[in-house]
Amino acid sequence: MIQPTDTNLLSMRDVSKRFGPTVALDSVDLTLKQGEILALIGENGAGKSTLMKVLSGAHQPDTGQMQLAGQPYTPRNPMDARQAGVSMIYQELSIAPDLTVMENIMLGVEPMRSPACLGLIDWSTMRRVAKDALMQIGHPKISPKARAGDLPIAQQQLVEIARSIALGCKVLVLDEPTSSLAKQDIDKLFVMLDQLRQQGLGMIYISHFLEEVRQISDRFTVLRDGASVGEGVTAKSDNAQIIRMMVGRDVSDLYPRSTHSAGDVLLELDALAGNTQPIRASLKLHRGEVLGIAGLVGAGRTQMLRAIFGLDAIKSGLVRLATYSGHATPAKRWTQGAGMVSEDRKTEGLALGLSIADNTTLSNLKHLGPMGLVLPSRQQQATLPWIEKLKLKCESPAQPVEALSGGNQQKVAIARLLHHDVDLLLLDEPTRGVDIGSKAQIYQLIDELALGDGSRKPRAILLVSSYLPELLGVCDRIAVMRRGVLGEARDVSQWTEHELMMEATGQV
Amino acid sequence: MNALTQSSKFSAMLNVFGRVAALAVIFIGFGFIVPDFAFFTAGNVENILMQSAVYAMCALGATMVIITAGIDLSAGSTIALAMVITAMILDVDGSQGPMVQSYPTLWPIVAIAGGMLAGTCVGLTNGLLITGLRLVPFIVTLGTLQAIRGLAKGVADNQEISPPTNWLYRQLMFPVQGRTFHWQIVPWGVWATLVAALFAAALMRYTRLGRWIYAVGSNADTARLCGVPVLRTRIMVYAMAGAFAGLAGVLEFSKLNLGQPTGAVMYELYVIAACVIGGTSLMGGVGSIFGSVIGALIIGTLNAGAQQAGWPKWVQEIVIGGIIIIAVALDQLRHRRKV
Repeated sequence: MIQPTDTNLLSMRDVSKRFGPTVALDSVDLTLKQGEILALIGENGAGKSTLMKVLSGAHQPDTGQMQLAGQPYTPRNPMDARQAGVSMIYQELSIAPDLTVMENIMLGVEPMRSPACLGLIDWSTMRRVAKDALMQIGHPKISPKARAGDLPIAQQQLVEIARSIALGCKVLVLDEPTSSLAKQDIDKLFVMLDQLRQQGLGMIYISHFLEEVRQISDRFTVLRDGASVGEGVTAKSDNAQIIRMMVGRDVSDLYPRSTHSAGDVLLELDALAGNTQPIRASLKLHRGEVLGIAGLVGAGRTQMLRAIFGLDAIKSGLVRLATYSGHATPAKRWTQGAGMVSEDRKTEGLALGLSIADNTTLSNLKHLGPMGLVLPSRQQQATLPWIEKLKLKCESPAQPVEALSGGNQQKVAIARLLHHDVDLLLLDEPTRGVDIGSKAQIYQLIDELALGDGSRKPRAILLVSSYLPELLGVCDRIAVMRRGVLGEARDVSQWTEHELMMEATGQV
Repeated sequence: MNALTQSSKFSAMLNVFGRVAALAVIFIGFGFIVPDFAFFTAGNVENILMQSAVYAMCALGATMVIITAGIDLSAGSTIALAMVITAMILDVDGSQGPMVQSYPTLWPIVAIAGGMLAGTCVGLTNGLLITGLRLVPFIVTLGTLQAIRGLAKGVADNQEISPPTNWLYRQLMFPVQGRTFHWQIVPWGVWATLVAALFAAALMRYTRLGRWIYAVGSNADTARLCGVPVLRTRIMVYAMAGAFAGLAGVLEFSKLNLGQPTGAVMYELYVIAACVIGGTSLMGGVGSIFGSVIGALIIGTLNAGAQQAGWPKWVQEIVIGGIIIIAVALDQLRHRRKV
C-alpha cells in the first residue's frame, strides 16, 4: 500500500454555520490528504451532514475558509462543487432508474457529436467513458447498457461512485454507505475504496459503526454539538477513546424525574418482526413507566413503533396491548387507548395546512357537537386547555399549523394524544428539531403523564430517541436496538452514555 | 386572541368578497358589451343562473373530490348518462299508457332518483377503482370519461330520448320571468341547487366526514396516523361526486325535456375551472363549497356573455380560456404575497 502523502488535498478552517438561532457548526477544522480515508464520526445531530453540505456546496458557510488542492474553494452549489472535484454519495441514492448505467454515469455531462448545436449524443464516447469509469472502480462487469433500476442496490451505489470518477473527482464523500448493504457487499465496497485510495483519491467516510471506521479509515475527526472535538490516527486510538470524544458532554438538569411506580403490563411484544425491520423485538411496558429505546438511525426503532401502531405490516410475533392481542389498524389502536407521535412531523405527523384545532382533534371527533356533528367552535374550545397546558405559542386554535415554530408544531402532535386521552404513548424522536425550552416542557409532561394524579391513572410511555442524555434523563428503563434486534431492557441506573453507544454500535 | 380570530374571519370574508367582486366586474363588463343592455334583463339573469346551476350542482361534488387531492374527469359523461336514464324512466310505458301520465306527480320523482342513482354508481365505480387498484384518480376518471360516454350512447341506442311532457320540464328548469316579474324569481331547479349547496357546505364544515375529507387532502399520511379511514373517505367522496353529477344531469335534462347521450360535453372542464376559480387547490386540503358556487356563476356568466356579445365562437373560446387563467393566477399571487 502506498503511504498517504503529506500534501493537504482539502482543508476546512474555522467553518461556522448558523440556522436562525441554532449554531449548527462552530468553527470546525478538517483536513484531508491525498490517498487517505478520513472517518467523520459523531452522534446524530452532531453536525456531520451540515459540514458535508457545506463541503459539497449545498450550504454556504457563514465564516471560514476552504482550500482544495492548494486553491481557494468556494462552491456556490453542488454542481459547482462537483466540477471542482468534490462529489458526495448520499445515503439515499440519486440514480435515475429508467436510464441505462452509462446514461446515469454521464448524466448532465453527456458527450456531444460535433456540431454540438444539433444536440446529438455521441453514444460511442459515452460508452467508452462509462466503461473506463467502471474499470477504474474495479467493476468492469457492470454493463453500461443495463437499466440502472434493474441492478441491485449495491451496484447502483457503484454506478453513482463511477459517476463521480467519470467527472474527475478528487474528494469523494460517502455518507453511511453501508447502511443498506449486506455483509459481502460491504466487503466488496471496502476493497474498492482501498483501490481508489491507492489511486490517490481522498475520501471522507461518514459512519456510526466503529468497526467499519476501524477497518477502512486512516484517520478520524470527531464532531460533537457542531464543533470538532478531536482527531487522531485510527490505528493508534481505541474505541473507548473515540466514544468518549463523541458523547462527553454535560447533562444539565433539564430532566425532572419523580419516582414512578410501575403498574400492570400495558404493552407486550413477543419476538415481533416486520417485513424488513424489526427482526426480533420483545419487551414488556408497564403502566406508570417510561421505557426508552436507544439505537442508531436505521436500526429499526421507528419500524417497531409503526408495527405496534398498525402502520406497518407484522410478519410474525405478537403485540399485546392491554387486553387486545394481535395486529390492528391505527384507528383500532386509538380506540384501544394508544397514540403515536411520528418522527417526521412534516410529512406524517401533522397536516400542516390545517388548523391547530383540526390537527389536535382529528383522531377523536366525538362529543364536539349535537347529533354527531363537529362544530369548529367546539373543536377550538376542546383544544384550548391543551394549548394552555403545553404552553403552545399561537394566535388562536384556528391558526394553521404551518405558521408555528418547530417546537410548537411538535406540541400540537403531542396535544392530539392528550385530547384523545390515551393510556399508551408511542413517541418517536419527540424532541427532534425542538428548541431547548420546548424540550424541557416535553420532558416535564412525560414525567407527569407517567406519574398520574388523583384524577388520572398513570400512563405508559415508549420513547424512541437518538439523543442519549434525553433517554438517560427521562426513562425508567432503556433497551438498545441494533440492526433490527432489540436488546434486553435494563434499569436506567445500569446504563451510561458510553455503554449505550457501545451497545448500539456493536462493541460489546 | 379575539381580535386575531376576527382578523382571520375578515380575511375569509375578503376571499368571498374578492370573488363576488370579480363576478360583478365580469357581469357589468358584458352588460356594456352586449347590445341594447339586453344582458341586464331579468330573463337573461335567470338564463345565466339556470346554466350556472348545472355547473354548480356538479361542482359541489367536484369540490370535495379536489379537496382530497383527487380529480373527476368523468363528470360530463356522468351528466349525460344521468340525462339519458332520467329520460328513459320518464319514457316507460305502463299497462295504461305512459307511467308518467298515470302518476304525473310521483313518476318524475322516480326519474330524479334514477338519474341520481346512475350518477352515484359511476362515482362509486371511480372510487372503488382508485382505492382498490391504487390507480391515480386522473387515469381512472380519464377512462370512465370515455367508458361512461359510451355507456350513455349504448343505453340510449344512439338516440335522443324525448319523453312525454311532465313537471320536471315545466317546473324544474323552465324560465319563470316573462314580461312581468314573477315571485318565484328563478325556477325550482336553481333553488334546489342552492339547497344542495347549503347541504354540501354544512357537510364539509360541520360533520366528521367533512373534517376527514380536508384531512385526507391535506396530508393522507397524517390522516392514516390519526385513524381516519382514508380509503373509505375517498370512496364516499367519489360516490357523492357521482350523485351530484347525476342531479346536474337531471337539471340538464329538464332544460329541454331531452335525454341527450352526446350532451354535456366538456362540462367536467367547466366544473373543474369553477372549483379552481373558487379557490379550491388542486393540491388538496384547501377549498370551499361557496367558492365553487361563485366560480360556477363566473363560468356561466362568461359563457352567456361571450355568446351574446356576438363574437365568433373561436373568439369566445380564447377569451374564456384567458380569463380562467388570469383569475387563478391573480388568486395565487395574492396568496403568495400573504405567505
